[in-house]
Amino acid sequence: MSAEPTVAGVGGPIVAHPDQGEGEHAHPGATNLLTKYVFSTDHKVIGVQFLFSSLVFFAIGGALAMAIRWQLAWPWKPMPILAKWLWSAPALGGQMPPEFYNKLFTMHATIMIFFVVIPILTGAFGNFLIPLMIGARDMAFPKLNMFSYWIMWPGFVLVVWSFFVEGGSAEAGWTSYPPLSTQPRAAPGSLNGQTLWLLALLCAGISSLTGSINYITTIVMLRSPGMKMLRMPMTVWALFITALLQAFALPVLTSALLMQTLDRVAGTNFFSPVAGAVANAPAVVGGGAPLLFQHLFWFYSHPAVYVMILPGMGIASDVISTFSRKPLFGYKPMVVAMAAIAGLGFIVWGHHMFQSGMNPALGATFMLSTMMIALPSAIKVFNWIGTMWGGRIQYTSAMLNAMAFVSMFILGGLSGIFMAATPVDIHIHDTYFIVGHIHYVLFGGSTFAIFAGTYYWFPKIFGRMMNEKLGYVHFALSFLFLNGTFLFMHIVGWHGHMRRIPDPTVYEFLRAPGIVWMNQFMTICAFGLGLTQFLFAGNFFHSLFAGPIAGPNPWKANSLEWTTPSPPPHYNFNTLPQVYHPPYEFSVPGGEDDFLPQTRPLPPNITLDPVMA
Amino acid sequence: MRYWSLIFALAAAFSVGAFAYAPFSADWWLPNPAGEPRHVVSTFGREIDALFVIILWLTGAVFVGTHAALIWAQFRYADRVDADGKPARPAQYFHGSQRLEVVWTIIPAGILVFLALYQMDTWANIKFRSAAPRTPVLAELTGRQFQWMMKYPGPDGRLNTPDDLFTVNDLHFVKDRTALIHLKSADVIHSFFLPQMRIKQDAVPGMTIPVWFDCDRAGRYELACAELCGWGHYKMRGDVVVHETEREFQEWQAAKLAEQGRSQLATAPGDPGGDEK
Ligand code: HEM
Ligand SMILES: [Cu+2]
Ligand SMILES: [Cu+2]
Repeated sequence: MSAEPTVAGVGGPIVAHPDQGEGEHAHPGATNLLTKYVFSTDHKVIGVQFLFSSLVFFAIGGALAMAIRWQLAWPWKPMPILAKWLWSAPALGGQMPPEFYNKLFTMHATIMIFFVVIPILTGAFGNFLIPLMIGARDMAFPKLNMFSYWIMWPGFVLVVWSFFVEGGSAEAGWTSYPPLSTQPRAAPGSLNGQTLWLLALLCAGISSLTGSINYITTIVMLRSPGMKMLRMPMTVWALFITALLQAFALPVLTSALLMQTLDRVAGTNFFSPVAGAVANAPAVVGGGAPLLFQHLFWFYSHPAVYVMILPGMGIASDVISTFSRKPLFGYKPMVVAMAAIAGLGFIVWGHHMFQSGMNPALGATFMLSTMMIALPSAIKVFNWIGTMWGGRIQYTSAMLNAMAFVSMFILGGLSGIFMAATPVDIHIHDTYFIVGHIHYVLFGGSTFAIFAGTYYWFPKIFGRMMNEKLGYVHFALSFLFLNGTFLFMHIVGWHGHMRRIPDPTVYEFLRAPGIVWMNQFMTICAFGLGLTQFLFAGNFFHSLFAGPIAGPNPWKANSLEWTTPSPPPHYNFNTLPQVYHPPYEFSVPGGEDDFLPQTRPLPPNITLDPVMA
Repeated sequence: MRYWSLIFALAAAFSVGAFAYAPFSADWWLPNPAGEPRHVVSTFGREIDALFVIILWLTGAVFVGTHAALIWAQFRYADRVDADGKPARPAQYFHGSQRLEVVWTIIPAGILVFLALYQMDTWANIKFRSAAPRTPVLAELTGRQFQWMMKYPGPDGRLNTPDDLFTVNDLHFVKDRTALIHLKSADVIHSFFLPQMRIKQDAVPGMTIPVWFDCDRAGRYELACAELCGWGHYKMRGDVVVHETEREFQEWQAAKLAEQGRSQLATAPGDPGGDEK
């Protein structure tokens, strides 16, 4: 199979590309087990490595979420099983210590963001798909690529290790605001856990940065003949824009993390006006500013939320077009909208700081720019619906998850408007409203996109099909439990339920029967949601070994990765494919089939609308 | 297969139903002291709640509209095959519509700009147009792991004089009177949160931030810390007492001062016994 130049009947005329081939980007095929599956420079292996390691961390992050929910529904009730071996000290009586709760949500969020969603969306999908979709043989810098995966490992190890050091893991929230995070005595976890947290994030940051440089270079330099920028699949566009975001924003986070590390270990005071003020230690003038950290942190982390959603938008676009058997509605407006989201993403960070003590005059400008960012998001939603309109929708597991992405993104996007409105944000800031919003965007959005992408590309990655029936059950349960878990967070949030508190019943107004009931309902749904993921894991691993053989193009899709065998051989393409049009030419009138791979020219009677396609 | 659209319809109906029911239950709505739905006790709170409701209506309408379109598309355009396994209806072939694209850019843009400008007024009222920052200060309030330390000017009406009154987790002011506090932090960032009056402001070490609020109903309320500040963050709770009359407030203050005078020999003011673990 892999010896054939192109897949029979799918490939078009073959044109050699002078810049590529056996030139400087070529590297020899792997020869032994270690270089093939472990220290591989092949982008496909690296993508799979990212996928597997992050899925493991997904399970860890999910388990922490369950523990959080248990405590909120039944505060201080000993947790079954876990209580026995996690905090066995008799003085605690099986109750979770409050600082442990702080570790739980800190590490849950850190793991989910920096070790699950970003690595899967950019590391796994980015690595696997970019060269295949643009018709390249590998990334521009294969060794750097391997480095970007292996530098994650110190990060992975530090995160797990930090639970076991003296004082336990970090507990200052994933936002890690100083001085709570810099004063060693402010919290038990700011002893060593916080330093390990900082180092782990630095590793993840280096990984993202090297990855981004690779993606940008690869997309700019290594597209196959005819693959103009405006013929790239939306997934590649999304990953390209994401990489640009990372490349511009990450250095700022990196410097903030380094400064915080210095504050902790070298006695500097970038972020503390007074040194050693905690726990009655004598105050010394420090001269730093806590708000400086917040500005630096959000200057990165706001764009980072787009890093977590843009690739999902790309995946949803590809999947929805394929399974509607229809061209993507408004290809160019979709690209422009993504670029606009990214561009505006850099001038809205202040909306995380409306109540921080920042000059309130800035609130007005940040409110306007934040409202404006909702606009390109709205355009995307309308275009996805427009893509389905008039189509021939095939309900595959991938499609269901992509449609759920759209549905959940609508709710997550709309709840963002409440926070953008500065006066309303006064009340809902730092409440469960925010947590509800985060999860509609990150679970309903990013995670459903990860599911959609996995169901969709699994056959290409592993050469086997996943079980669709199991996929349906997994989808239906996830979708319902997700709404059950996160919808009421908005309501308890606007009722004033603070986030990051292990026991809401300390407050009288949170002892209302409705609130108690909702907290318990959410927890039950959360456990349902967590358990449902075993269906996904089971399906994944069963299909890996026993799924039906997929063939090169099981979904009859158009983009280049489907013109190679599944899984693609080392080097992807024997001869670089010639590209004739964007990947969304489905149901072309007069065509013998309802799809038209990018390697085959359009029929002569069809001309594409220059503005829309 | 087209019935998959029902699961989306179910989730949408669940969301709309929960949000539509919320205003009719005191527990499900914005916190209110009287146990009556849709009641708030501060001037700015009323403005904020009104904005909240407007945004809820607008986003609710957009949610229903987009979901109706999404669910209809899922239902109407589901793939169906005829007797001999051929698609009953081919997909249409079009790449978009510039006119539609313009329409659905301009309409949301209009709504969003309206929303932003409409909010500005309230924001300006709260932060800039109020005369509150120039009124005499009610108290200086310092967040500390894990308590709110208040310092009221004593009978001489001035802060930092020997007759200052110190309390812990106990905030008192008078009904219908704007209360101005100077917010500080002694260690990490805390956040001063009066849920029933829709007030929130971070207390940042190194800064003194003025915060003002009022209340039109006497009674007991709650003060919370809304910014993660360590292991005891969740129990950094304070009492808020709104007095019916100035006289009542004075009486409370006099009683407290007398108490403090007696205990001054035992504990130094400003260090009301740490709550260390
Ligand atoms: C069953 C699934 C999940 C449940 C039950 C869950 C539950 C929670 C809860 C209860 C909190 C709030 C902690 C607090 O503030 O007191 C939280 C925070 C958070 N979660 Fe999740 N989560 C789940 C999945 C996810 C996923 C998939 C992601 C990301 C992809 C995620 C990202 C976050 C983030 C970023 C925070 C913010 C933490 C903070 O602000 O301190 N969660 N989660
Ligand atoms: Cu606090
Ligand atoms: Cu706190």
